Amino acid sequence: MWRKSVRAPYYKHLIRNMIFTILAVSFVPVFFVSWTIYYAFANAYHEKVNAHLVALVENHKRQIDAFLNARLADILFLSENFSFAQLNDPEFLQAKLLSLKNNYSGVFVDLGVVDADGNQVAYAGPFKLSRVHYNNAPWFQAVMKNQVVVSDVFLGLRGFPHFIVAVKRFDGDKPWIMRATIDFIAFNNLVENIHVGKTGFAAIVNKKGELQTKPRFQFNVAQGCFGRFIDCDQPLTREIFSEERPDEHGQMTIYVSALLKNKEWLLVFQQKVSDALADQRFAQRLSLVIFVIGGAGILAMALLLSIRMVNRIATSDQEKEMMNKQVIESGKLASLGELATGVAHEINNPVAIMVEEAGWIEDILTEKEFTGNPHMDELHRALKQINTQGKRCKEITTKLLSFARGSGSTIGMVQLNEIIEEVITLSSQRAKYANIELHSSLNPDLPEIKASETEMHQVLLNLVNNAIYAMEKTGGLIDFKTYPREDKVVVEVSDTGPGIPEAVIGRIFDPFFTTKPVGQGTGLGLSICYGIIRKMDGDIQVKSIVGKGTTFLITLPARNASI
Amino acid sequence: MTIANIMLVDDEVPFVEAMTRRLTKRDLEIHAAYSGEEALQKLAKTSSVEVVILDIKMPGMDGIEALKQIKSRFPLVEVIMLTGHATVETGIEGMKQGAFDYLMKPCDINDLVAKVEQAARKKRQHEEKIIQARVKEITSRRE
Repeated sequence: MWRKSVRAPYYKHLIRNMIFTILAVSFVPVFFVSWTIYYAFANAYHEKVNAHLVALVENHKRQIDAFLNARLADILFLSENFSFAQLNDPEFLQAKLLSLKNNYSGVFVDLGVVDADGNQVAYAGPFKLSRVHYNNAPWFQAVMKNQVVVSDVFLGLRGFPHFIVAVKRFDGDKPWIMRATIDFIAFNNLVENIHVGKTGFAAIVNKKGELQTKPRFQFNVAQGCFGRFIDCDQPLTREIFSEERPDEHGQMTIYVSALLKNKEWLLVFQQKVSDALADQRFAQRLSLVIFVIGGAGILAMALLLSIRMVNRIATSDQEKEMMNKQVIESGKLASLGELATGVAHEINNPVAIMVEEAGWIEDILTEKEFTGNPHMDELHRALKQINTQGKRCKEITTKLLSFARGSGSTIGMVQLNEIIEEVITLSSQRAKYANIELHSSLNPDLPEIKASETEMHQVLLNLVNNAIYAMEKTGGLIDFKTYPREDKVVVEVSDTGPGIPEAVIGRIFDPFFTTKPVGQGTGLGLSICYGIIRKMDGDIQVKSIVGKGTTFLITLPARNASI
Repeated sequence: MTIANIMLVDDEVPFVEAMTRRLTKRDLEIHAAYSGEEALQKLAKTSSVEVVILDIKMPGMDGIEALKQIKSRFPLVEVIMLTGHATVETGIEGMKQGAFDYLMKPCDINDLVAKVEQAARKKRQHEEKIIQARVKEITSRRE
């Protein structure tokens, strides 16, 4: 339809504009709203995750500190409540270890009493460690200096990772030391319990960068906040410290660290950002999918709506154009009507006078003195001819008047087949001279239509005259066809003439448009046909192929509606 | 005795003259008028006119207007419209206003005479009925 019309670029432009507008109006707010919500949500979620991890680490820091302090308190209690002599008794010591083990299942591995020279004077525990010298052990040196110590984790003599809790006491002015070994596994559990998501885990390091626990995953001491912990020039100032930085694989990782045990140890929690924000990523992806699907929907809708709308606009444009054409056409016919009325009057009056005067001569000729005149017959013939030609003039003006005015003829039930037969009879003489064959295939079941017989005559005669004129030199065939179609009657008049050139086919129904030489045609024939057919709610169309011929297609309503 | 006493109204003088000659020869008495106004004046003076042959398109008072005036002032006078401008609309309009018939120029003289005769007959019948009605009225009054 409109794709082939001259206005196709305009309609395409219209479609583009509509699609663009719909998309802009739909997407811009959606985009901004989504972006704002996303940004706010991401920020809030990030902060929440961070706060959660900080709280978790802080909690565990307290727990671990409490654990270590409690163990120290246990030993302090033992050493304060029992004398050096009592504790020197291995059996007494064994009993104490047993009670400690009962109270804190599996935390204490062994107990020992060490003298000021570092000799273990009494021992209770699973290893054969009595009489062992500890004077070179770092924890021994530390306890002699600091009264109490919780050592780093080390392998020691027994070959298992463990750490020592020790206190210094005085028996008189002779110092002695009470020490206990804490089971590494029990301590390790405290830290190992911290695991969040898939990649979140914790570990403890000492100032030398040695791991104090067994981390769940590979743990790179060089990463995160350890540098500042180990490197004393840049000490960590806060108890809890959280940061984000890429790990050794370049993945963004959250590091949360807390100082433990009088800032000697550092509890470090680390988790990959992608893992910590997994829920957010999921929501992000889901909304992206929704956005894409919704966007596709909007796009499809915009496309569909625009095309449909433009189709409708194109249709109404076409209707408007047709209406305009009809208005112009009827305007032309109206002015033609005025002209014809004037012409008819101006011609009829003089013609009437001529005819009457001729009649008067005839009247005079009946007088007695003219009887027997030898020229009487000739005079009568001439006067009769004047009368006949006068009548002919009248007929022409009457027709011009009635066709232009669209009235002046009686309307009744008309069988088009009969009219076509009459037209064929009327035209056959002319057709014969031009070597044109007239042919008809008329449907006998054609319903009658309500029309003016003279008007239908005029329409068909006009078409036939045009066809004969077109084929005057070449000869050819004129074919009449009638058939009913739905509630309509269709008449086709085809010729095998030269056809109507594309350039003039749009103008053939215009009044005064003619291709005939000056003085030979008025250019009214087809416009009169057009006026008559349109007045009857019918339609006249022309199809023409240059060199092949022309077909006029007349469609008239078969119903008995008033015209 | 003439067939009828008629008035011919047309602004075309030669037409009126030709028609007058031809109709007079056919035993009709013709009064000529060249406009609607003139026709009305002459009708007022000449009560013997039975039929008016009236052109529709005339300068000044046109045929339809003249017809209305004639019908209101001289209701018994029959009018035949004769025009070069005949269309169904003007014809119907004329008939609605009480014209006896309408003919188109140029018309056959014999047709016109026949129409005039019919119109005159109708006029006389009308007159007769009116006379009879008056007589009846007078006689019934006497009783």
